[in-house]
Amino acid sequence: MRFVDEFRSADKAHALAARITELCEPGRQYKFMEVCGGHTHTIYKHGLEDYLPEAITLVHGPGCPVCVIPMGRVDDAIHLASQPDTIMTSFGDMMRVPGSQGSFFDAKASGTDIRMVYSPLDSLKIARQHPDKRVVFMAIGFETTTPSTAMTVLRAKAEGLANFSVFCNHVTIVPAIKAILDSPDLRLDGFIGPGHVSTVIGCRPYEFIAASYGKPVVVAGFEPLDILQSIYLLMLQISEGRSEVENQYTRVVPYDGNLAALTAINQVMELRPYFEWRGLGFITHSAMRMRSEFASFDAEVLFDVPGVRVADPKACQCGEVLKGVLKPWECKVFGTACTPETPIGTCMVSPEGACAAYYNYGRMNRHRVVEVELSQP
Amino acid sequence: MTGQGTNWVDEALREHEEHAATEHPATEQPATAARRRGRPVTQAEREQQVLDRIEAARRRRPRIREERITMSHGAGGKASRTLIEAMFLDAFRNPLLAPLEDAAELRINGSRLYLSAGFVLEEGFAVADLSRIVASMTAAAAVAGVQIVTGDTKVVERGKADGCYINTAGVGVIEHDLTLGVATAQPGDAVIVSGPVGDHGVTIMLARGELDIEADLSSDTAPLNGMIASLLAATSGVRAMRDATRGGVATILNEVATSAGVGVVVEEDQIPVRTVVRGAAELLGIDPMYVASEGRLVAIVDAAETGPALAALHAHPLGEQAAVIGHITGDQPGIVLLKTAFGGTRIVDLLVGDPLPRIC
Amino acid sequence: MCLGIPGEVVGILPDQPDLARVDVSGVRRVINVGLLAEDPPVPGEWVLIHVGFALSKIDEAEAAAALEFLEGIGQAYADELAALAESRIE
Repeated sequence: MRFVDEFRSADKAHALAARITELCEPGRQYKFMEVCGGHTHTIYKHGLEDYLPEAITLVHGPGCPVCVIPMGRVDDAIHLASQPDTIMTSFGDMMRVPGSQGSFFDAKASGTDIRMVYSPLDSLKIARQHPDKRVVFMAIGFETTTPSTAMTVLRAKAEGLANFSVFCNHVTIVPAIKAILDSPDLRLDGFIGPGHVSTVIGCRPYEFIAASYGKPVVVAGFEPLDILQSIYLLMLQISEGRSEVENQYTRVVPYDGNLAALTAINQVMELRPYFEWRGLGFITHSAMRMRSEFASFDAEVLFDVPGVRVADPKACQCGEVLKGVLKPWECKVFGTACTPETPIGTCMVSPEGACAAYYNYGRMNRHRVVEVELSQP
Repeated sequence: MTGQGTNWVDEALREHEEHAATEHPATEQPATAARRRGRPVTQAEREQQVLDRIEAARRRRPRIREERITMSHGAGGKASRTLIEAMFLDAFRNPLLAPLEDAAELRINGSRLYLSAGFVLEEGFAVADLSRIVASMTAAAAVAGVQIVTGDTKVVERGKADGCYINTAGVGVIEHDLTLGVATAQPGDAVIVSGPVGDHGVTIMLARGELDIEADLSSDTAPLNGMIASLLAATSGVRAMRDATRGGVATILNEVATSAGVGVVVEEDQIPVRTVVRGAAELLGIDPMYVASEGRLVAIVDAAETGPALAALHAHPLGEQAAVIGHITGDQPGIVLLKTAFGGTRIVDLLVGDPLPRIC
Repeated sequence: MCLGIPGEVVGILPDQPDLARVDVSGVRRVINVGLLAEDPPVPGEWVLIHVGFALSKIDEAEAAAALEFLEGIGQAYADELAALAESRIE
């Protein structure tokens, strides 16, 4: 696959790993956070941590838009889907996320019409095909996905579709990063910056991290060589005493972002005064809702949404894992009460959450892994 | 009768005339013979004529006249018998074997393999569709050298089933003295896959409509018995074989690790995946290792026998791209490790359910 | 938020310039290119696809530059390893 395979080639990885190791100051530990769930996924999927020296630790950030949706909002969505003559459409990511009464999958088994789609445009298609039903789209995602929802709503408006609406749960990345930076119990040395979010918002929004907090940021692509190179660039900045925003993902990310996308978002949506993030609590100006001009496409206006706040179970330590303070295995319920099959909290709920990624891909004795390789016949 | 045209009466009458005209003279009844000879027919003879005609009609080869399955077809009476005789027996009966009735001695192409086929049909299911399914089963059975010898048919009310369900069970004869089973895997054994994986699962996912993706993909459904026979004939080093259906290769590897209490180490870049399957999987965010194939197997083979095993598989059309993807180890029992193409390592665990497309 | 795949534009839909057909290793899907209206992609160009929308064009020059950098680092490393091996022999 072009633009993918070249950035997965192992031979260049060793060189980068050697360079990274050379830049490590003896006796010093380095902690970098990758914000994006997709980066967490790549790191685990390709076994990237095997290339890093012991001095470098990767901390997994809160960039999983599915993980941060509070249980109460999942309940709200299922309530919407259960209304008569209603079809809920959703990305696959949401299907197993448990609310307080079960997940979309559970609701589907009980007869609720919930359908998986690849694109919000597919929801429009379903709406056109079923004029007698109300079609609701469960909109989730950071700024990468928000423009697609906005464009879909604009299209629905242009077509005069009367039976389509959006249950908007889009969130924004910068407030989450700021919450991490302001957290007293965390000391990070730099950020592997979001890749695809940056195609929309550009690199400027991260400048405050370098300027006000003095932490280097490298906006990274999603292939393993992209991430390794980004770690190399972070180490280079640190060794040279710089703290800047650099763009490693230049083949896709324009420094100024995508104006058309930002315009579409701005036309259709506005920032909520505050929004609850599972594990992080209430954060101001961190999520989107539909503007009043688009009320006829806003599921929260068209339907009666209960809006009950459901607290996370007491045993859940997701907040600390999300902020990188705890490693997944340091959580008291990790792997016992809380597993991918029976997830208690947000970090285990989505396959990209730090705990799920670690449980599914990484929970091995790395010392033993090296022995295995050496003992191969 | 459902689904019939308004002139079904005329059609039935015409058909009856045609049959009567072609009926063998040897079965000519006395009344007809009398008529032929020119003398008047008695009351008794006329009655007998009617009875004979009825008998002849009942003996005729049954034909399904309806266009859709009805509850009658499941009731066990004449409609059921007609359905079974005209639809199933007709198709599954091997003409070469018509004279042989003793199923215990049936042999086809030197193999002795039997299948039962149970059907659950929804009221309203199109008979034409059922014919197509049955024809396809007949053809597949012929290719595999398998005889469909028995079955059961149920019809349920409209809405109580999704068209047609077929349940099969196979019975065969073990013709070798190997002890096969995933629990027999031993450290050092080779893990072999018979060909590219994931075609079936991705095809089905795309076919299910809402993803709106086109690809030149079809299911890799195929009968494995022929290839397996070659493999077992070529070497006695096969420890176990499983077909990589629901849950894909990853699930089988986990079954091996758990049953045998061993570790399994596989290399990502050795696992054959067709380019288009990989493209679809990347687009949807799913991992081909977890996607079902319907014509592929995973075999655990004594390392010393890897050569003959691969040769046997490569010689068979279904196994042309067979490859060694990894090996069994005594370390980290119960764990399946993947060495990624990138050179790192990760665990391959069972998924909770089916792999789901993701956007993140 | 993150699953973006590179795909090659193989055609723009004649009656709907907002829509393009893309190919990803033989898999085809119609996607919306409305977010690239300022500089619409043409067949042969590559775009980043996310949930049925093109978010960005893939800058082939930048991709080549990135690979060159990686190549360079790789080569320098290989050279060093070679030098190391040679010095060991002596």
